[in-house]
Amino acid sequence: MVTANSELAYDSKIEGDVIVTRADAAINWMRANSMWPMPMGLACCAIELMAAASSRFDIARFGAEVMRFSPRQSDCMIVAGTVTYKMAPVVRRIYDQMAAPKWVIAMGACASSGGMYRSYATLQGVDRIIPVDVYISGCPPRPEALLDALMKLQAKVKREHSASKLFSA
Amino acid sequence: MLTRMTTDVDLATAVNLQSPSATPRASLDCPAWNVLPADVRAVLSRLRDTQGFDFLMDVTAVDWSAEKSPRFTVVWHLYSSTRHTYVRLAADCASNTEPAMPSATGLWPGANWHEREIFDMFGIKFDDHPDLRRILMWDAYPYFPLRKGFPLAGLPAELSDPDITAETGTGLISAPMAGGPFVATPGGPMSEAEPRAKDEAWNEQRAKPV
Ligand code: SF4
Repeated sequence: MVTANSELAYDSKIEGDVIVTRADAAINWMRANSMWPMPMGLACCAIELMAAASSRFDIARFGAEVMRFSPRQSDCMIVAGTVTYKMAPVVRRIYDQMAAPKWVIAMGACASSGGMYRSYATLQGVDRIIPVDVYISGCPPRPEALLDALMKLQAKVKREHSASKLFSA
Repeated sequence: MLTRMTTDVDLATAVNLQSPSATPRASLDCPAWNVLPADVRAVLSRLRDTQGFDFLMDVTAVDWSAEKSPRFTVVWHLYSSTRHTYVRLAADCASNTEPAMPSATGLWPGANWHEREIFDMFGIKFDDHPDLRRILMWDAYPYFPLRKGFPLAGLPAELSDPDITAETGTGLISAPMAGGPFVATPGGPMSEAEPRAKDEAWNEQRAKPV
């Protein structure tokens, strides 16, 4: 009796040691599932970011648990908090130090738009100094919202034409 | 009550001994005096050394607005860890354009950062301060944000880092107020008390009605 092969995974009995795929798919798969965050915790939102990393919410399920405090080793800057004008150049410099490919999540009202701080001291949205991929609403957003943003970012990464970008660069 | 009164009398004597020109200042809580800038340091040190006011709680300032003269007043709050009472001193800056005040850093090292904050926010210079730099804003920031004429939304200026300014092409802007300012109303139910725009009639597209 012939049954359909329901296995979605790589099966060494059938395929031997060879895997056939597209470069884009392979690269994006690796990038999306090992997105190491650069925690840019600047205010109260950072507390929710920490909660997202802890056992109840467990950002490790998405391969993003390795919070790197070194920009060279991180892929995704999570701007969690109020960016003051004094801090803005620092945020931009850290972003510049991150190696490509890199993404940015603006977590919370402050990072997205300045939030309730319509004042002389607060940058009115971090997108004025760095390109943002995903915005999260909320003050603060719940950890689930951060995880949702991470999944959205993964979906976005999976649509990228990474190979052509990689080889043309 | 009697003890309280005698201590206040003692205090008044102490202040007046050091600064005959000191006048009582209207106050709803603790005893308070207006003193001349030249006497401030002497009165502070007398209160500290003879009256037990050993803790400098706070140094702050008031801008009474550009039309008023004297425009700037510096305020000190002292606390006594033995009497458990406060006392307040206030001194008007002599100049409205170049306000200055003697520094209390020689008496309490903790005055250092308070005075830097006043310098940062009001532009009041403290004579003999060991390190009078801005403390909250960066050194090249051109304004004094807590002066009355300065808008809450801020004024355009350059970021502190020229590299970043060149790369991003952004600087400080006047924050969009969108019907603001966003302020909290004290008291009442929480749903009413949270910060919100007080005047919803205007926004970026529609000018504020005059
Ligand atoms: S959005 Fe709210 S919780 Fe987040 S940093 Fe701003 S004020 Fe804090």
